[in-house]
Amino acid sequence: MTPATPDQTWVQRNRMTITPILFLLPGLLFFIVYVISPIFQSFSISLYEWDGLGQADYIGLDNYRELMTDRSFEVSLWNNVKWLVLYLLAIPAGLFIALFLNQTVPGIRLYKSLFFFPFVLSQVVVGLVFSWFYLPREGLLNAVLGLFGAGPVNVLGDPGLATYGIIAAGLWPQTAYCMILYLTGLNAVNPEQIEAGRLDGAKGWRMLWHVVLPQLKPATFIAFVVTIIGALRSFDLISIMTNGGPFGSTRVLSFLMFEKALSEYGFRMGYGSAIAVVLFLIMLIFIGYFLWQMWHDERVARR
Amino acid sequence: MRSIIKTPLAVLAATTMLSGMAVAQDDLSGTLRIFSDMSNPAPRAIIEGLAADFDAMHPDLTVELTVVDREAWKTQIRNALSANPPDVVNWYAANRMRPYVDAGLFMDITDWWDAGDYDGLDSVRGAMTLDDRQWGVPYTYYQWGVYYREDIYNELGLSEPTTWDEELANCQAIIDSGRSCYTIGTRYLWTAGGWFDYLNMRTNGFDFHMALARGEVPWTDERVRQTFANWRQLIDMGAFIPDHQTYSWQDALPYMVNGEAAAYLMGNFVVPHLREAGLTDDQIDFYQFPIITEGLPQGEDAPTDTFHVPSGAQNVEAARAFLAYITSPDVQTAINGPDGLGQLPVNANASVADDEFNQQGFEMLSQNAQGGIAQFFDRDFPAEMASIGMEGLQEFMVFPDHLDDILGRLEQARQRIYD
Repeated sequence: MTPATPDQTWVQRNRMTITPILFLLPGLLFFIVYVISPIFQSFSISLYEWDGLGQADYIGLDNYRELMTDRSFEVSLWNNVKWLVLYLLAIPAGLFIALFLNQTVPGIRLYKSLFFFPFVLSQVVVGLVFSWFYLPREGLLNAVLGLFGAGPVNVLGDPGLATYGIIAAGLWPQTAYCMILYLTGLNAVNPEQIEAGRLDGAKGWRMLWHVVLPQLKPATFIAFVVTIIGALRSFDLISIMTNGGPFGSTRVLSFLMFEKALSEYGFRMGYGSAIAVVLFLIMLIFIGYFLWQMWHDERVARR
Repeated sequence: MRSIIKTPLAVLAATTMLSGMAVAQDDLSGTLRIFSDMSNPAPRAIIEGLAADFDAMHPDLTVELTVVDREAWKTQIRNALSANPPDVVNWYAANRMRPYVDAGLFMDITDWWDAGDYDGLDSVRGAMTLDDRQWGVPYTYYQWGVYYREDIYNELGLSEPTTWDEELANCQAIIDSGRSCYTIGTRYLWTAGGWFDYLNMRTNGFDFHMALARGEVPWTDERVRQTFANWRQLIDMGAFIPDHQTYSWQDALPYMVNGEAAAYLMGNFVVPHLREAGLTDDQIDFYQFPIITEGLPQGEDAPTDTFHVPSGAQNVEAARAFLAYITSPDVQTAINGPDGLGQLPVNANASVADDEFNQQGFEMLSQNAQGGIAQFFDRDFPAEMASIGMEGLQEFMVFPDHLDDILGRLEQARQRIYD
């Protein structure tokens, strides 16, 4: 930096401030237009009765009141909870596969890629494969069950089972994702600490719990984040495998919102927005936690 | 031209155009923009041929055709009509027009109907009417009914049922032979709507069915319950294939093709699929849904596909000529023929293709449907009622015991939707 001289212009004097602002500006602009403002728009549309074409009528909180009595909303909300809880199984499952694969035997790269394979597949393909797997007559699942003399089950046709069937399909690629995160994490585990633990007589579970897992904490955090995001992005699997059915028993909030607001029979923009607002508030809990966690970690790291 | 159309003086506009048309067909100029949802292979060839022919007929006119995927169009039409609308679009008849009529996006073409543009279309005018005005023209329709395996019926010594008792007796015989009476795939719900349409029209009549569609009758009404009670007779017998909630309507076809089910309540579009799967015309036949309540004139489902002119159309004159062209007897005969859509022409002066099923369907609709012609569950009921309703119908078919709960839910929806 040249020393300040009186004949410098305002831009030259302030360029340390202006430059980052200029660089951030395009991104910020798009973020405000495409992310921030739609959030507030949803809040305001949710107070109207609007079909997207004609006049929007202000109806206050009526959409939310209707949500309270809407059975399909209740079912969808519970399904969201099931997704969030059961999807977390991908984390321990991924961890154990990673531990299992974290050894040096001939051909381990091949095994690793085979385990990683489902994550490469598109969600649509995963959904299709699993819906064939579950087919009531021709499906592989019932063929296997038949070998053990168990009766045929129509997983995706049974309102009590269908959601679990879809979650199981979603866990397949999600487990692979968590496995990869842990495999990279395991590379970073300090061998000296393992050595020290071994000298102190730690083995098996105690070694895993007290020595390895604490070092995998960053990987666990990322796995948690991507799994929660994955659970909230269950739309494609549901759409492919059951289309929300049978009789709406597999819908989650995002699917319900799509059906009410944007599908062939929908176009209740206000009601759809009200669902979106509820979904946003649920996500806000997680977003808040993630942000707090990251801020906390950074503060610890800086010390 | 545009400024005239935009004024409320539609009558003046219509007269100017009519005189223009009477003098010469060929003063059409500019560009005619058509957005069509005829995206399946056969319909696509039809609309492309129509656009090319119309273009050739009018040297000064350029026809621009955009074909949109049929399913995607169901949601895209909203954008297409709102911003820079084309001159002609595809859509569906009856209540399905409601949102665009209410929003003023479809042009009121009652004057064109009154001026005699559509000679021979009187019988289908009702399907294009909302609020006593006409909002478009039909170009094709098709019958619904029971398509059955003639060879299985012959093997069991059964004949086409005309009454509910015969129907139940036939069905029992089919079940006793180890088959299901009906194949159906309710995954996408609407197939269950077809069953309800017929059972309700046969149990309570066409007028009652339409009153229900207009929201004038509660779902918890005793007459509606009677419809479901009749339906339940079939369900309890095991008339329908198991696990139908998992299948699409195409997935359900093999049951009929392989002879595991004897019949399919479906629209005429099922015939090419059955033929392609290897069934000959000796093996397939068609009968009208049997009578349940004696003395009720029969109502039939016959969904109609349509053309409309958006209110914001630029080249209204050309659009009007195109609508007249597409509904004219010769064009109707050609596009609905066996090489075309294989469906029924909307113009009474057109001829019906020499096809067993088209002929039977035409005869049924023109002579044996005094009750009236319905469009279909999801076109007669308002969209929202239709979607909630069809979900309830599917649930009923799987868990008939949930009926009270289902009807209560539908009634709650009715009170909110129609008020």
